[in-house]
Order: sequence, then C-alpha cells, then structure tokens
Amino acid sequence: MIEVRFHGRGGQGVVVASEVLANAAFREGFEVAAFPYFGVERRGAPVTAYARFDRKPIRLRSSIYEPDYVVVLDSSLMRGIDLMGGLKKGGIVLINYPDGKALPRLASDFRYFTLDATSIAAEHRIGSKVSPIVNTAIMGGFARACEDISLESMLASIRDRAPTKKDANVAAAQVAYDRTREVFV
Amino acid sequence: MRTVMTGNYASAYGAKAARAEVIAAYPITPQTSIVEKLAEFVSSGELNAKFIPVESEHSAMAACISASVTGARTYTATSSHGLTLMHEVLMWASGARSPIVMTNVSRAMAPPWSVWADHMDSVAQRDTGWMQFFCESNQEVLDTVLMAYKVAESRDVMLPAMIIEDAFILSHTSEPVDVPEQSQVDTFLPRYDPEMRLEIGRPMGFGSLVKPDLYMEFRYKAMKAMESSRERILKVEEEFRKTFGRSYGGLLDEYRCEDAEVVVVVAGSAAGTAREAVDAMNERGVPVGLARLRTFRPFPEDELRNLAKKVRGIAVIDRSYTFGAAGAFYTELCGSLFPLRERPVVKNYIAGLGGRDITPKIIEKIIEDIIDVSERGEDVEPEWVEVKGLDRSWQ
Repeated sequence: MIEVRFHGRGGQGVVVASEVLANAAFREGFEVAAFPYFGVERRGAPVTAYARFDRKPIRLRSSIYEPDYVVVLDSSLMRGIDLMGGLKKGGIVLINYPDGKALPRLASDFRYFTLDATSIAAEHRIGSKVSPIVNTAIMGGFARACEDISLESMLASIRDRAPTKKDANVAAAQVAYDRTREVFV
Repeated sequence: MRTVMTGNYASAYGAKAARAEVIAAYPITPQTSIVEKLAEFVSSGELNAKFIPVESEHSAMAACISASVTGARTYTATSSHGLTLMHEVLMWASGARSPIVMTNVSRAMAPPWSVWADHMDSVAQRDTGWMQFFCESNQEVLDTVLMAYKVAESRDVMLPAMIIEDAFILSHTSEPVDVPEQSQVDTFLPRYDPEMRLEIGRPMGFGSLVKPDLYMEFRYKAMKAMESSRERILKVEEEFRKTFGRSYGGLLDEYRCEDAEVVVVVAGSAAGTAREAVDAMNERGVPVGLARLRTFRPFPEDELRNLAKKVRGIAVIDRSYTFGAAGAFYTELCGSLFPLRERPVVKNYIAGLGGRDITPKIIEKIIEDIIDVSERGEDVEPEWVEVKGLDRSWQ
C-alpha cells in the first residue's frame, strides 16, 4: 500500500488534490481512498489531507502516520510544522517552492522534488494573482515524482475533477510535470 | 459503473437510484454534501423529485412524514445536532408507520464542540422505532439505501430506516463505489405502493388520537413489525446479492468467527480497521474473530447468542457512552446473553469518541486484553481506551 500525506493551506485545494490523486490511481487500476483531516475550514489555515492506493481492497480506516510521500503545497509551512514527521526512510517529498530561491537544509533520509507550482498556477490564471490555486500544478509534479501514476492518468483525473477552467488546469499540470526536478541534498 | 466518490455522494446516488420522490432537508450546517448533491440532481432533471428546503431538521422530518403518508418515496439526510433536533418527529415517523429512509452522518454531540465521528447522535435515537443500519464502506452506504427502502416498505414492516455513515471516515472519504444500473435497481425496488395513503376522494385519518383502549395495540403492532424486519432484512439482502453480487452479512456480520476463541464486536467504519487487526493476529496464531453490528435496531440478539456459545471472551467497542451505565452496544449485548446458562466474559471498551483515531494497534491491544481478561474469567468494568491522564497505554 502506498500512503500519501498532503500539507497546504485552506484555499489552495489540498483536499481536491488528494481526490485528484485517488482518481488518477483508480485509473491506473489501484484501489484507493482519499480523505481530509478537517479542522474547521478557514482560508489560509493549515490543512492536511491523505490518500492511499493499493492493489488490494483498502479496509483500513485509521489515519496515516508513516506515509511514503509527503506533498507540500505551501513552502511557508516548512517553518513550524514537522512536515516530514513519520515519512518512511527513502520516502519522497514534493514541494511547491519558488524558482531560484535556495532550499533550507533538508534531512538526507528522503528524496526531494520541487516545482514552482505557484508561478505555474498564476501563469495559467488558476485562482487569483494573490492566491493562485496550486493543486492541479502540484499533481502534475506528483506524476513526475511517482512511478506508479502516469501523467496521462493524472491529466484525465484533473479534467474529470476540476470544477472550472479544465483546459487551464490540465495545461498547468502538464507544464508542472515538465518543470519538476529532483533536488539532491 | 465503478467511480471514486465520497460516502455522502454514495448516499445521494443511492437515493437517486431509489427514485426518491420527495426530499425534504435543512440545507445548512450540520447538513452535508448529500443534500447538496441531491439538489443538483433535482435541479438538472436527473432525478424527478420534489426538493423541499425547510427551516429546521424538525420540519424536514415533518415534511417527510406528510409526503410519505401520501404514498411518496421519501428521503432526507442529517447529522449530529440535526438528528437530535428531529427526535420528537422520529417517533412520529415510526408511529405513523412511514417508511422514510434517512442517512445520518454520525458525529459527536457538543459541548465541547466537535464535527468528528462518534455514534452518540445515532445511539440516542435507539428508542424512536427506526431501523438503524451502521455501514462500513461507501459501497455499503449506497447499497443499504436501496435495501433499506425495500425492507421499510414491506407490508410486514412499514417502519422508517436510518443509514448511519461515520463522519469524515466515510462521509468525506473518496473511494471506489459501483453505482448499479438503473434498470436493475428498478426491478429490485419497484415503485412504492402502500395499502393506505392520504388521497382526495378516499378520506382516511392518520395520526389521530386513540384512547387507552387502543394505544397498546398500535404499539404491539409496531413491535411485531420490527420483529418481522429481522427476517425481511435477510431476505432482501439475499435478493440484493442475487441481483448485484454484493452482501454484507445480515444483522451481524461475522468475520473469521468459525474457530475464534474471542471476538471483537464493533459497528461502523472501525470494522474495516478491525479486519486488518484480526487478520494480523490470526497470522500470528491467535484465534480471534470480528462480529460487526450491522443493525442496532433490530438488535441481533439470536446471532449474538449463537456466537457467544462458541467463544470465551467478547470485547465490545462502543463509539459512544451512556452516562450512568456503559456503552449502549455493550449493555444491549449483555442483556441479549443473559438467558444463556453459560456466558463468555464480556468487556466494554470505549474508544474513538469525537473522531479519536481507532488504529489497528488499538484493536490488537483490546483483543490482547480480552484474551487476558477471559482467561482470568473476571467480571470487568468498562474501560476507556487512550484517554490522556490515564496510566494505561493502548498504542
């Protein structure tokens, strides 16, 4: 079973990102479950969501404590929250991080992928200039970082799940896929 | 077709497939996306139903009863404080023998304020005369909506049914759900056609005053109807299995109980996690089973008695607590087992209140505890699991 934890802020589409992943994994023939950890929803407040996928039916209903992947939709959360908490050794971290800005010191136990999903979402006019909705861009990056999910399935899932601007969201994910890079620490 | 959807959408698709004709619901918190989705279906014309947004859950149920009395198939959904606000009218629905189907997204009661999974709201409706079905998966939610209508509308039952899905753990979790073919559903669940209905030209009284010379007879008939539902639930499920290829174990869903020496009893979504724990322990050579309470009303008394004859320990996990007594599943189970000459040791574990996570580890610890307790054969007090400030750790 592959387990994924998403960190972001209210308004960035964190919960939808987990649903997009579940839907993409389902298209790859996996059994899936995606679920949010809701506090009371507020714009800007930290939000966590989770996804599981497996070749067997998923019966487990408890939360995820030792994920294989961590997806960070907002790099400002890297201060203050233990984003890599419980992440398996060798696990993959995907971070929405501004281009050209130096990364902070990162633990060497994990593999890191970054992309500037904020700029990509803004370029594609998804959300507002001030607060672009980065979820579809970062899921394009996820298809790059995760061998189990093809870009094709991810784009189909985004087309299926994006409530508006389907073409822009799909295009953003495609660009994000191309621009996602592994960072060696 | 199998698609990925939340438990809330599974409920809505169930009501749509059942061709609910009247949906009356309070549209604001603690309402869920169930009713939002149904409003979309009605607005787009995908579902030919009258959608009545009302000013409270109390009014929602009142509208459902009135619609049901005219012979309409009726649906509503609610959660936590919305359900408890309905309490008075829930009794009216069952007394009027209105086969309404309702989903309750089961949540904790405030204060302290909470929006997370807990069975207190549902358990508090135990005595309202509704059938209560606790679900383990989103697929079971959808399927149970369909089965519940068929049971509820049976002439020998004619009682309302509540489908219970745990908040967030089912309601907001997206997972694959097969939405059955409409033509198959239509064959399985034909149009509701009651013997008696409110109609112009055929005057009839519903819900009138009865004097002491007749009240007991009405209650007696409702009791007989609930008793009939036991057999009816099994028959309908068998028919459902033949049509759709899925079934859920009747009133008490037993898993690996054949050779079990102890069993864990649980209702709702935690059963899935319990299956993982039970499998892991059996692999280590520990003979343990799971008995999932699929219905709380009617209570699976015979099934539990038969199970109790085969085991030496029963761990009952309650996701709610009846102050001054114990967990309601536990006290009911103890009552059911009382007529047995020899009884296993039964212990109550209070866990998962207000959305506290029930992990496989916690269930394994509970199973280890019931093995220990049943070997010593002692009577035991209910135990609260993973509470801060208590010495015992269950992690």
